[in-house]
Amino acid sequence: MTTGPVLEAQGVVAGYGEVNILHGVSLRVDGGEMVAVIGPNGAGKSTLLKAIFGLLPLRSGRVFLKGQEITNLSPDEVVLRGLSYVPQVENVFPSLTVLENLEMGAFVRRNGVRHRLQQVCELFPDLAGRRGEVAARLSGGQRQMLAVARALMLDPEVLLLDEPSASLSPKMVAIIFDRIGIINQAGTAILLVEQNAKEALSLSHRGYVLAMGQNRLEGEAKGLLENAEVARLYLGA
Amino acid sequence: MVGLPARLNDQLAELRHRFRPLLDALSAWGLWVLIGALFVWAALDERQLFVVGIVVGSIYALGALGLTLIYGILKFGNFAHGDTMMLGAYVAYFVLTGRIVGERTDTNTGLGLDRLPAATDRLGDLTFGYAFLLAVAAAVIVIALVSVGLDRVIYRPLRRRGSSIVIFAIASLGVALATRSVILFVWGPDSRVYVSGIHRARHLPFDIVLKTDQIFVLIVAVALTAAMYLLLFRTKLGKAMRATADNPALARVAGINTEQTIVWTWIIGGALVAVAGVLLALQANLTPNLGFFLLLPLFAAAILGGLGNPVGALLGAMVVGVAQETSVEFLSPGYKASVAFFILVVILLLRPHGLFGGRTR
Repeated sequence: MTTGPVLEAQGVVAGYGEVNILHGVSLRVDGGEMVAVIGPNGAGKSTLLKAIFGLLPLRSGRVFLKGQEITNLSPDEVVLRGLSYVPQVENVFPSLTVLENLEMGAFVRRNGVRHRLQQVCELFPDLAGRRGEVAARLSGGQRQMLAVARALMLDPEVLLLDEPSASLSPKMVAIIFDRIGIINQAGTAILLVEQNAKEALSLSHRGYVLAMGQNRLEGEAKGLLENAEVARLYLGA
Repeated sequence: MVGLPARLNDQLAELRHRFRPLLDALSAWGLWVLIGALFVWAALDERQLFVVGIVVGSIYALGALGLTLIYGILKFGNFAHGDTMMLGAYVAYFVLTGRIVGERTDTNTGLGLDRLPAATDRLGDLTFGYAFLLAVAAAVIVIALVSVGLDRVIYRPLRRRGSSIVIFAIASLGVALATRSVILFVWGPDSRVYVSGIHRARHLPFDIVLKTDQIFVLIVAVALTAAMYLLLFRTKLGKAMRATADNPALARVAGINTEQTIVWTWIIGGALVAVAGVLLALQANLTPNLGFFLLLPLFAAAILGGLGNPVGALLGAMVVGVAQETSVEFLSPGYKASVAFFILVVILLLRPHGLFGGRTR
């Protein structure tokens, strides 16, 4: 499975306006790995994904994808290099059809779009049946599926997921996590930011605990699940 | 509110709140019924005016399409659109005749295409020759370039600064005034025509008489609208434009170069409005202020169809065109502009999101 890091962030400092949210966060994702980033509200989890993806300028630190530096490249350049990102909210194009949403996911792809579309539709059969429907008509869960499917159209090296389970029913959460597991088993490395720490860790290989914009803990997901401090702080045990 | 006791005011608000869904449904259906009635009545009783209204509406449609596209992606009402339309018409005029204003009479720069052999020989029953078509093409290119240039110089810096839409709208008002001044400066205030001559009328079925030029206008407008539809719904660029209009942040995340999409939006909007300007000037005389008067029906059409909705803009333009033309049955033709204004006010009061839009605000 492991083939060295596909994604690596070193000492990332970023923030909004005068305020720094991240104070030197580092992490790495190896080939085919699923890594969870957990932490309390305001720890800077979502900000970290935005900074890695180039939506937020890095004030310090560097980001590498497959060994190539992508620090502060614009999103369209990052996408071209094989990094895909699913925002937490407003992550579909509401007035476009399901099919058009997926096509937009493959915007930078030159070939193999049709083939990829077939693969993604096999993974999300419920979406395939509603291709012609406008995304605004989908339920919250289906929309989340569409958002992930859209990002997968790129066939990315690494998929960045920002709280895919947020505001979904428990049943939908189970389904979404199940799909994420399947995507990872098919070989796509995933960096998952989650509030839902227990589920995220039980699905992942490794995990990072963020607090106040800094690395707090890191290690094998299993170890973190059993870690007393993590349990006390974030798992509500 | 002054003069109303607070309690009464509260009760009014309560009533309004309770009946809101009902009012919404009524206003939506009411408007559709009204539009349906207008079209049926006009088509049955005022066939001639109805058809002319459709011709006028199809010109408005080209202008309103550009307006709604620009609104969809840049989220501001472009007040310069009407004057850009006239600039297009004047550029075509210049390319055709080579004339600009002189001290006493016009100066002919000698650059006009009408010097080409047989350039103004009439094409069939139309009033113009092939030079006119070349002039239209030239106007399309010039206006597309001017639009992109203005975006570079004015709107893009505002975007980078994250200015509010009010700033954009006021900036576009400035562009409108500047454009009109340029037109006045170069071509003067007098009205102009592309080609003088007798219009041939065509007798169509159902006692409808149209000038051949009007039929040409209708065909061009329909063809361009259809092309726009294909572009927006069938091509990658069009889908990217709609995606950017829908959710610009996500469009960037998907790897769409939104700045490039914006450039294309200006090119397409500019090209459409240039054609609209020329087609309009083919029907009426060219005057520098025409663009300003056009702003009203264009906005009425775009808002009626729901700002950002291209299909809606098309329908809205037809409604405004037909309503304006058939109004001469009851009103002096001088009030045509007020008809568009009336439509605009009614929509903004009842359905600010347009015919296809959601709830009222």
